[in-house]
Amino acid sequence: MEIVKTQAQGDLSTDKAPEAKLAQSPLAIRGLTVSYGEKPAVFSVDMTVEPGQMTAIIGPNGAGKSTLLKAALGIVAPVSGRVTIFGRSLAEQRARIAYVPQRASVDWDFPTRVIDVVLMGLYRELGLLGWIKGAHRAKALDCLERVGMGDFATRQIGQLSGGQQQRVFLARALAQGADLYLLDEPFAGVDAATEKAIISVLKSLREAGKTVVVVHHDLATVAEYFDNVFLINTRRVAEGPVSEAFTEETLQAAYGGRLATSQIDKLAKA
Amino acid sequence: MLLDALLLQLGYNATLVAVGAALLGTSAGITGTFLFLRKRALVSDAVSHATLPGVCIAFLLMAFAGGDGRNLAGLLAGSAVSAGIGLWCMNWLTRNTRLAEDAAIGAVLSVFFGFGIVLLTVIQTLGVGRQAGLEGFLLGSTAGMLYSDAVVIAAGGAMTLALVLLTRRPMTLVAFDPEYAAARGLPVDRIDMLMMGLVMAVTVVGLKIVGLILIVALLIIPAVTARFWTERSEYVVLLAGLFGGVAAYLGAALSASAPNLPTGPLIVLVSFTLFLLSLVLAPNRGVLAAVLRHLRLQRRVHLRQGLLALAQGQAIYESLTLRLLQRAGLVRADGVPTASGKARAAKALRDERRWEVVRRDMAHEAAAALYDGLRDIETVLTQDQIQEIDRQIGGPREVLS
Repeated sequence: MEIVKTQAQGDLSTDKAPEAKLAQSPLAIRGLTVSYGEKPAVFSVDMTVEPGQMTAIIGPNGAGKSTLLKAALGIVAPVSGRVTIFGRSLAEQRARIAYVPQRASVDWDFPTRVIDVVLMGLYRELGLLGWIKGAHRAKALDCLERVGMGDFATRQIGQLSGGQQQRVFLARALAQGADLYLLDEPFAGVDAATEKAIISVLKSLREAGKTVVVVHHDLATVAEYFDNVFLINTRRVAEGPVSEAFTEETLQAAYGGRLATSQIDKLAKA
Repeated sequence: MLLDALLLQLGYNATLVAVGAALLGTSAGITGTFLFLRKRALVSDAVSHATLPGVCIAFLLMAFAGGDGRNLAGLLAGSAVSAGIGLWCMNWLTRNTRLAEDAAIGAVLSVFFGFGIVLLTVIQTLGVGRQAGLEGFLLGSTAGMLYSDAVVIAAGGAMTLALVLLTRRPMTLVAFDPEYAAARGLPVDRIDMLMMGLVMAVTVVGLKIVGLILIVALLIIPAVTARFWTERSEYVVLLAGLFGGVAAYLGAALSASAPNLPTGPLIVLVSFTLFLLSLVLAPNRGVLAAVLRHLRLQRRVHLRQGLLALAQGQAIYESLTLRLLQRAGLVRADGVPTASGKARAAKALRDERRWEVVRRDMAHEAAAALYDGLRDIETVLTQDQIQEIDRQIGGPREVLS
């Protein structure tokens, strides 16, 4: 019961957040509800992402983490709610957002090479009829180098390991040159080398003043990788700096009985 | 006769049909590729079957209005309307019910086709207009093809090609990663609709030549055939256009070379022949290549295992391994390694150690991804890199090369 109370207080405090803060936030969500059929996957969620920081979206399976991201991007239509990007509507700010979908969402036997996937990130620059020029290729190669995949440029995407696929997706997002990066489970099922490569790229983005939001599943690395957390279980459970919002209490509230007490103890201590 | 047909020497009609078919085959192959890449190939089958009621209704309307029921432009307009309705039904069923797309395709295809056949029978019993030739839309009939028909086909083909050129990038992006496309702000639904609209246009234009039952073959087989030869989507598109055009031209020429050979079915058979050749002969994805690859792999595995066993002084029991080692002059008939066998065995063991280093070191990731336990390390690393690795391993220098 106590936890529910904390939650309510938390809600109140953000609702009173001054409009100025809302306008600066790279991604601000108000009253978002998304439903597949009768049961809402995300219910009346508010979220205010801090600029220039790394935020993890955390919650149990089926808690609506990916759905929240997709609704923020307009990939799925919400039942209700409002999304603003840097204080403006999504349609106005599309060019400033880069999205990295789950890698299982595409068919990797598609006839295309690694560099062609990264060139998709330059879609806006290329336009409908523009030819791909040396400068575009150089930019795509540079993005591949940044994720340590420069040597793979001309390989067919079907030959990549899971971690390499994930890094190609990240390179495609880098090519966009966006200000806000939204990543859906980039660390799921990847090797340690890939995880290291991805996190170092994300940190370099933060150093360049970019904002990074990651749907994350590994509770053990939250404190190490991220500045802020957003805990969700259909509703918002907690939001804020890791030190404040990532506690035994909030985890218990988000995961319910799904985490062993010993696990939570260990995480809270870390 | 066939040579004459190929060289367009068989008269006006045959020439018209061959040129028209080649144009249709090219645009169908190119358009169909995007459908194939989007994994919605079968939608085209439902679209084509849904044209039949429209053809019949257009015929009835034109005949009752006192005109010539067989006016091609009118019939094609009717077929486009009813194909559009079929497409809309399919989309509605998939989106608003729990039916999956394959079930929606089955439902729309059979209902529209059944309705069309009923109308066709009614038209025949009514005896209105001059109905002869309406069944030609089922399997195509090129006997009475007019110059104006060829112009319709050419114009339709040119229009679809121009649209494809203009929208190839968004269509490819949507086919590969629809979620990412949506996140970039691309109107995914409208692009899908455009893709279907192009397919519908090709179907309608192709009714006269191949008929509604077989048009799906012209849309899909060239794309599938092209996929065997390349790993790049833009080349799949171009090759599919080429295969489609060639198959249609050859098929039309074949049917003109002897009396009473149907054009549409022959085009499909030629197209299928190209597919079969590709299936067997294609360098990477072909069946023959796969079999050869497997046999080669088997030989390499046996040789490698044999060498590693020799290097570690283990006995070899597998007869295939022994045979291969003997044939390569690496062991004698009694199983004792020869001098070159010993050298190769030592090298194999050494390479294993080198690979271990390569696979631990992130700097060598691209090379490490090629590790399969068989590849010679010299094929992926330079001599300098290998020497550097050897410095890390230490040990005897004489087995270096």
